[in-house]
Amino acid sequence: MQKYYYYIPLLFFLVLIIFFARQLFYEKDPSELPSALLNKKLPELKLDYMEGNKKFSSEYFFTAEEPYLINVWASWCAPCKVEHEYLMELKEIYGATIYGINYKDRIEEAEFFLESYGNPFKAIGIDNSGRVAINLGVYGVPETFIIDKFGFIKYRHVGPIQEYDMHNTILPILKKLGERIN
Amino acid sequence: MIIELGHFFLALALSIFFVQFMVPVIGVRYNSINMMKIATFSAYLSFILVFLSFFSLLWAYVTSDFSLSLVVKNSHSLKPLIYKISGVWGNHEGSLLLWVLILALYSAAVAFLGKRLPLKLTALVLSIQGLIALAFTSFILFTSNPFVRVFYPSEEGDGFNPILQDFGLAIHPPFLYLGYVGLSVTFSFAIAALLLGRVDSIWVKWVRPWTLIAWVFLTLGIALGSWWAYRELGWGGWWFWDPVENASFMPWLASTALLHSSIVAEKRDALKAWTILLAIVAFSFSLLGTFIVRSGVLISVHSFASDPSRGLYILFLLLFFTGGALLLFAKKSPYLKSGSLFQPISREGALIINNVIFSSAAATVLIGTLYPLFIDAISNSKVSVGPPYFEAVFIPLMVPALIICAFSPMLSWKRAVIENLYERIITIFIFSILITALIIFIYKGSYSAFLGIFLGFWLICGTLLELIIKVGIGKNIRVIYGRILSLPRSSYGMSLAHIGVAVFVIGVTVSSAWRVELEKTIILGDNLFIKDFKINFSSFDKVEGPNWIADKGTFMVYKNDTLINNLYPERRHFPASQVTTSEPAIMSNIFSDLYLVLGEEIKDTNSYGFRAYYSPLQNWIWIGVALMILGGLVSLSDRKHRLGYSKNKKVS
Repeated sequence: MQKYYYYIPLLFFLVLIIFFARQLFYEKDPSELPSALLNKKLPELKLDYMEGNKKFSSEYFFTAEEPYLINVWASWCAPCKVEHEYLMELKEIYGATIYGINYKDRIEEAEFFLESYGNPFKAIGIDNSGRVAINLGVYGVPETFIIDKFGFIKYRHVGPIQEYDMHNTILPILKKLGERIN
Repeated sequence: MIIELGHFFLALALSIFFVQFMVPVIGVRYNSINMMKIATFSAYLSFILVFLSFFSLLWAYVTSDFSLSLVVKNSHSLKPLIYKISGVWGNHEGSLLLWVLILALYSAAVAFLGKRLPLKLTALVLSIQGLIALAFTSFILFTSNPFVRVFYPSEEGDGFNPILQDFGLAIHPPFLYLGYVGLSVTFSFAIAALLLGRVDSIWVKWVRPWTLIAWVFLTLGIALGSWWAYRELGWGGWWFWDPVENASFMPWLASTALLHSSIVAEKRDALKAWTILLAIVAFSFSLLGTFIVRSGVLISVHSFASDPSRGLYILFLLLFFTGGALLLFAKKSPYLKSGSLFQPISREGALIINNVIFSSAAATVLIGTLYPLFIDAISNSKVSVGPPYFEAVFIPLMVPALIICAFSPMLSWKRAVIENLYERIITIFIFSILITALIIFIYKGSYSAFLGIFLGFWLICGTLLELIIKVGIGKNIRVIYGRILSLPRSSYGMSLAHIGVAVFVIGVTVSSAWRVELEKTIILGDNLFIKDFKINFSSFDKVEGPNWIADKGTFMVYKNDTLINNLYPERRHFPASQVTTSEPAIMSNIFSDLYLVLGEEIKDTNSYGFRAYYSPLQNWIWIGVALMILGGLVSLSDRKHRLGYSKNKKVS
């Protein structure tokens, strides 16, 4: 009987492995956080607009005729730089509408960033205090939301959009929500 | 060409590892001495091959060969040479290659020093080492190949995370890996012992120095990482209970327990199964650490990349090695013969308590680190477990460990004389409480702070008393002198390490309890007051380094109206990677650290964010760790631990 004691460490270990495996398989992407706002109407966003860009209108969000993206970004965030080329591609090649929320940033640096890497945004709101991001439940920059034409949040992407994400999640969702995307 | 050769050598090493694994096992099975001897030879050969392979990657970094994908991603031609070199292991692929290199180095060392061991044991140990190396080398070649070229060579590299450009951090991974991988040797010894069904005192004598080597490197590696966090992250903290830090701390706790349990196994022929289990667990924690860092199951500031396929591979390795080892343990260890029963008050009794405490500590760190994972699995919500949890469970565990540590070396084996013990405990108590009372009299502070100080001095007094009793104070001076010389080095090593622990505890307690923080917005010319220092913000410059531009503040530090130092904290901006780091300026001496951080300029106001920390006895933390490492080294130099030392040698 006493012999079975020796199996206890193995048992513990196997339980641990099951948890790890579950984490790897069932949540392939650790950045897919559940969003409390999913399938809810986009909350009203009170934002200052960024100079040099078209005036940012919060109402626009609720009367859009096509699905669009809201991208929360900052010039100081390195992953934002990574995803920037895909945002540009989304806009230039696929004709997606993207609104930017510039998060806790310095305006000159944000402008410099856009001058250097291109501006994929139709309009940019400034969220200096981070308050709007809290309303949106933003976990960290960059983060991207897909909003349908009725103003409902359909998808939330945490972390930089990579090539894989663009082709396998962002574009299919946009296609499903509206026909206008090529 | 050199790169292709490196790639080829690694592939060749893979096949040699296969030979190193297979042939000796067959040799042991069929009692073929020649086949067992292949183990030694292939261990040397594979080390040379992996070394050449690693060297070719190093060459690519040093010469900034931007046709190599890894170099493009992680290097920059303007980087100082030391960081070009450290760039080799500053990424997933290269760090794995370093891992295998160190594994091969340990195997070669076992082969070289193990000539006096029973051939069967050496052959099996090397075979298991070969299997581990085989698994990791194929992991490198199939999922994380560092020798991949880019189709169009780049003109310039993408740089390298500038936060990581620090000397302490540059040399920290090799030491950490020397520790992690060193535990593979004890693991292989444990498996070999289980397979052979024998744990004798020769086996323990061999395992102890290897554990000690791994422990010394692990301690050094962790300390260097922590020192880096202190000097570079700009928060004045040195330990954050981050998953990656915990991943290195768990093997440390397990190997510390192993160091102590193997003494019992050696001296009393007992605790054998437990010692074997600890050897397995310690290395498994190393593998687990690799899994946590590489797979991205836990999000951490340290992680390089999260790639599910890599995570899966490491999970498979973990399942295979740890699962296999634990299964073998469950099947074989009940048949290991163990020695006598213990008396509770004896050296072995105290060492068992040490083991219980250290294992529980490792378990609490494990639970705290993985708790977010469990919660996520059960309730699908994200939580994070922070320092409050770890401090709340870890400190209460360490208090009894420190109390016992002071007098347990004075206990005798089997059964201690209790009357003697009372006398000694009272002596230690009187001295340490007097010192603590003196400190309470001078400084104000909290109870918990004084408890920490008391425990530190309690341990110092206990350790010194033990040394004094051993050398026999009160006897003839010649006797004392003789005894000082004849005491085994392992005994001095232990005392040094324990005093190191005490100094560390005092440093941690005092630096956190009497820490003063100041956070302010400042403009040029401002005077700031922290503790008894007056700090004057006297000038502000833009300076340029090899691959960064920086805001540099000059702060004049006055004490009692005399200028004692100028400090220059910086904020460095690295254009290549668009990252800004802060370089705190630290004025440090044995009594205290003054730590200044220059923040960002607040938009268009010419004012700057500024933080200052005054932490007393901060250096005692590092000194304490240094003493622990020194203690380990002194103990390692002991004749009986010297690798290859054999009792059977004839005295001439």
